[in-house]
Amino acid sequence: MFETVKYEVENGVAWITLNRPDKLNAFTEQMNKEVQHSVKQASRDKEVRCLVITGEGRAFCSGQDLQGVNEDMNHGEVLRRFYNPMVMEIHRCEKPIIAAVNGVAAGAGMSLALACDFRLLSEKASFLEAFIHVGLVPDAGNLYFLPKLIGHAKAMELAVLGEKINAEEAKELGLATKVIPMEQWQAEITAFAERLASMPTAAIAVIKKNLKASWHSTLEESLERDAQGQRIAGLTLDHKEGVAAFMQKRKPVFQGK
Amino acid sequence: MSKSYETIEVSQQGKLGLIALNRPKVLNAINSTMVSEILAAMEGFEADSAVKAIVLSGNGRAFAAGADIDEMANDHAIDFELRNQFKDWDRLAMIKKPIIGAVQGFALGGGFELALCCDLLYAADNSEFGFPEVNLGVMPGAGGTQRLTKLVGKTKAMEWLFTGKRISAREALRHGIVNQLIAEELLLEETMKAAEQISSQAPIAIRLIKEAVLKAVDTPLNEGMEFERKNFYLLFSTEDQKEGMNAFLEKRKPQFKGK
Repeated sequence: MFETVKYEVENGVAWITLNRPDKLNAFTEQMNKEVQHSVKQASRDKEVRCLVITGEGRAFCSGQDLQGVNEDMNHGEVLRRFYNPMVMEIHRCEKPIIAAVNGVAAGAGMSLALACDFRLLSEKASFLEAFIHVGLVPDAGNLYFLPKLIGHAKAMELAVLGEKINAEEAKELGLATKVIPMEQWQAEITAFAERLASMPTAAIAVIKKNLKASWHSTLEESLERDAQGQRIAGLTLDHKEGVAAFMQKRKPVFQGK
Repeated sequence: MSKSYETIEVSQQGKLGLIALNRPKVLNAINSTMVSEILAAMEGFEADSAVKAIVLSGNGRAFAAGADIDEMANDHAIDFELRNQFKDWDRLAMIKKPIIGAVQGFALGGGFELALCCDLLYAADNSEFGFPEVNLGVMPGAGGTQRLTKLVGKTKAMEWLFTGKRISAREALRHGIVNQLIAEELLLEETMKAAEQISSQAPIAIRLIKEAVLKAVDTPLNEGMEFERKNFYLLFSTEDQKEGMNAFLEKRKPQFKGK
């Protein structure tokens, strides 16, 4: 169904694997569209309660495939047509999305990881704001997400200096939830994703929505959104289950409803 | 309410008359039957003294995603003229009770025009407005160019009507098209709450306020002021005015009777 990404669903988790390993999973127009459509498919699939985006081979994603870049290319149009809809699809998704950064995430590959909710890094992972080295600027939401994640000053350093950030440095900056040794990589990311998938995912959807809205809200608006969000969460089966399990001193079983 | 409708659901809850567009399979596309049924339901509520406010919503994913194109694709100019296509729309604008709209998903074309007929609009975070008529080589015909322009001014109206571009919920809020954004799951609940609050006010005051505000849209200021004054005077012939002011002085809640 997709050619440049692998799409598999297992135990409530949709695995979206960028699958152009010989090109370090560089973006082509087709891969932009296929990431967008696979995220959309996972968003709609009721079985799916968590998404993982990762890369096949040694890279997470090396950014735009420079083979497709020539003098006639209108960079702005490429972004509008291929990258921006992909980033918006990720941003719109109500389910938790993990970037499992298995190797280098450079340029738009870094932007892709920044657009996700969690970043799990392998010890071999790295981030690279490669744009400046070819006289370009970080795109695909990069300059939107980065300062929100690590602050304006650090975002400026990364974007302008374009230095490689290794996994430990990324963790220190706040760009990683966790750095995972290679031998435990697959087991740990699977456990993390399946743990999210078994959480009260309807409440997670509200948390995501309200956190996103907080960036452009006053306190008064946020408080009202809290009230609406809590009303919605208060009506979920998972809330009832959580309370019942607490009373009965057992582990709750959440269905994301 | 024994009357049965084909394209809408009509019910009554306390002081509220509820109308829900009910062609969810076609995203509540508006056809002439639907407009005349909405009008019939509204006129029914208008005549029913127990109803103090009307809530208009759409069943399913959208409020209303436009007009039924099949219905008019082969029409000619004179067909519209002879049929007097928009007479029901004109009468919708004459309803005197407050109409409170709840919009989720699309309110496009005729759906947007219907939303613009409401006095207050509550919209879900996911709502999108727009006039895509231009993409079909036509333009709005049920008040779109006029009501939108009076609401948001020429600059944005022209842009939206020329391009057919979608207006996001937040943009609609910013431009004063909607009163408040609400999480989709709670849209009806919160809209009903707002409608109930309005329906507990003195009905004749609400009625004359609506009339005066609508007057402001196409009346010079001095005439509008005269009109407002007459309505203000008129309210002093109601029992509710006496009750409202007495209750205020006696520090208690007023009991309005709509008289």
